[in-house]
Amino acid sequence: MTALLDMDRLLDDLEAGLRRKLEERGVTAPALIGIRTGGVWLADVMSKRLGLKEPWGELDISFYRDDFSRIGLNPKVKPSSLPFSTEDRDIILIDDVIMSGRTIRAAMNEIFDYGRPASIILATLVDLGARELPVQPDVTGRVLALQSHQRVKLRGPDPLHIELQETGK
Amino acid sequence: MTANDPSSTSLQLTADGQLRHFLTLDGLNRTLLTEILDTADSFIEVGERSIKKVPLLRGRTVVNLFFESSTRTRSTFELAAKRLSADVLNLDINTSATSKGESLSDTLLNLEAMASDMFVVRHSQSGAPHFIAESVTPGVAIINAGDGRHAHPTQAMLDMLTIRQHKGRFEGLKVAIVGDVLHSRVARSQIRALNELGAAEVRVIAPATLLPRDVESLGCTVEYDMARGMKDLDVVIMLRLQKERMEGALLPSEREFYRLYGLNREKLALADPGCIVMHPGPINRGVEIESAVADGPQSVILNQVTNGIAIRMAVMSMAMGGQMAERNRKLAGRAEG
Repeated sequence: MTALLDMDRLLDDLEAGLRRKLEERGVTAPALIGIRTGGVWLADVMSKRLGLKEPWGELDISFYRDDFSRIGLNPKVKPSSLPFSTEDRDIILIDDVIMSGRTIRAAMNEIFDYGRPASIILATLVDLGARELPVQPDVTGRVLALQSHQRVKLRGPDPLHIELQETGK
Repeated sequence: MTANDPSSTSLQLTADGQLRHFLTLDGLNRTLLTEILDTADSFIEVGERSIKKVPLLRGRTVVNLFFESSTRTRSTFELAAKRLSADVLNLDINTSATSKGESLSDTLLNLEAMASDMFVVRHSQSGAPHFIAESVTPGVAIINAGDGRHAHPTQAMLDMLTIRQHKGRFEGLKVAIVGDVLHSRVARSQIRALNELGAAEVRVIAPATLLPRDVESLGCTVEYDMARGMKDLDVVIMLRLQKERMEGALLPSEREFYRLYGLNREKLALADPGCIVMHPGPINRGVEIESAVADGPQSVILNQVTNGIAIRMAVMSMAMGGQMAERNRKLAGRAEG
């Protein structure tokens, strides 16, 4: 598991996958958006690796979560910040982990409230499966099959590393 | 129930300290007040988007229950609820059911039967929102939009947000509240908020006839002379003369009031050069404040209006979230039991 979670290899694979996908789609000037918190750290790294000139955006999806009616509002919500217009842009949406797909659904709903993008490429560092919604990443650093009591969490920003957590259940 | 009744805290907070209603700032600690300001900060950005909406209250019904008219406050609550995607019903009670003889309790029962989730209440009687919060069905959130001379907590919080935006902090700040403190519900809420958030000094500046009898007990110092009171100020909050609430002659004349307590450029020059000028509106120009000051570089009056929507979005979503989280905890507890 430790070897699978080697950060340099994960980032290399994510970058290579993104380059392939951008070329495949003919996208030359993508706008990069990271989902707080891990996705923003990755946006910083990938923006440099891909040589993007434009600053990346940060999304806080707290106002779009579908569990508001069960757990209320996240008290740590911070304003989202997109320093570019999303209208008709090719977006790379990036997050550290995808599992149920609910976070990505919320993020896409929020992006559309800023304007209608031309396309969205979804990139995640780790894909844990266990999807509850039909949302699939276009690019993934690694697909992992964890035990039901295990979770992974990106820690950072300096250095970035992935922690394997035992939930005890 | 009175505002200082400890039971008001348990009424408006859930067992784990989340907002259930928003009735008064009494009993709310600095952490929660800061959380409201932080959440409102995030909502400001929503107002700058192409689609100025978030889905937090989608499918919820908010009723603006105004027993006392106020176009500005009602508009900002309505806009706040709509930006949270709620369905909004505006009821001006003075011209509707109660004037036809229906009791308040019957009006509320009817509104609850329409599956309302939140009442925003403005009333000329102090304590009316508390009364309604005690009597509504569990799960319905009550937001105080101003009651009698008691409290106007959302107005005070939008003022706090405006101060924090411009000063970056509360610690060490000297703030004066000037004018008709006697009839002002917002002044009481402002004093409470400023003290809880750590302001160095809250000063009220007014003629004795426009001050409550034991005003110092609210947590402020008193100054009758405006020139002395303006010294070293970081923030000056002008109050509106509540002419409609004045019984008898508390002022010799508006002209005399302006001469002694109106904020003009000369008096403002006595404060700290970075002093910001606030006013809850609507402004009586030439009575409370000179136009050149109201529209001048130190005025943040229009920022207050913008912040009013964000604060109301924060309070409404936090109270609704608290209500829903509490209901789900109870349901989960019942299922386990």
